[in-house]
Amino acid sequence: MRVLLSFVTGGLFGLGLFLSGMTDTQKVQGWLDIFGNWDPTLAFVMGGAILPMAVAWQLTDGRRPLVGGSFPSLPRQELDRRLVIGSVLFGMGWGLAGLCPGPAMASLSYGGFGGVIFLVSMGTGMIAAPPVVQRLDRTAAST
Amino acid sequence: MNADWIWGLIGGALIGSGGAVYLLGNGRIMGASGILGGLIDGSGRNTSGERIAFIAGVILVPLVIWLTVADSPDTHLTSNTVVIIAAGLLVGLGTRIANGCTSGHGVCGISRLSLRGLVATLIYILAGAVTLALFRHLWGLI
Repeated sequence: MRVLLSFVTGGLFGLGLFLSGMTDTQKVQGWLDIFGNWDPTLAFVMGGAILPMAVAWQLTDGRRPLVGGSFPSLPRQELDRRLVIGSVLFGMGWGLAGLCPGPAMASLSYGGFGGVIFLVSMGTGMIAAPPVVQRLDRTAAST
Repeated sequence: MNADWIWGLIGGALIGSGGAVYLLGNGRIMGASGILGGLIDGSGRNTSGERIAFIAGVILVPLVIWLTVADSPDTHLTSNTVVIIAAGLLVGLGTRIANGCTSGHGVCGISRLSLRGLVATLIYILAGAVTLALFRHLWGLI
């Protein structure tokens, strides 16, 4: 059941990315291109996605997930170095190519060879991250 | 209203519905970088079945639509391999360091009024806009 619901989740996510045009790097870079030909489409995608999610968060109140376990608690809202440094690096890569992890996966079948190279590079970056995270945590603890 | 914006809203609603199914069904947060990253670096080994099923859905549904009803969608990805590799490395590294990407911090975080989600989203949008402004308009490289 958990696996089936995960598949349904992924399917809805992939369908949404496809229909919204978020697998088109021109649209994403258009959103980031404040000094050029600005395209506000991504704001509509974000708005459309946040609404059902906000309802879902409301429904978690006093309940348990359908197939057991518990709902994720809100993490400590501390704005640490990890959040800032990681988001800056991610934003730079997002601006350069116009792809983030979801659309990179969704466009795998039609994204061509460049899309495959992006996914392999992204996976390499993900493997390289834990030692960097450890180092950041260590230096944060010692200061 | 612009047709692209309407499709954006519809697609967005489907993305959010996916996140709602994952949250209410499995009690988990739909973050693409976390789901994929945990599978790649082995940190999510005990939930690998769910992770693989999610990724299969993300890839298979667009594939089926593309093969059956839609024209070949143009992704407009740059042909500059150096840029693709650099961007991929930055996205992979950054999302794992910040513990989230557009889906996790943006969609799932902001919708629960998480300050971390909101701040991360503002930072990566700003960093992306500055990067694009520099590389496209100042240096003409992308």
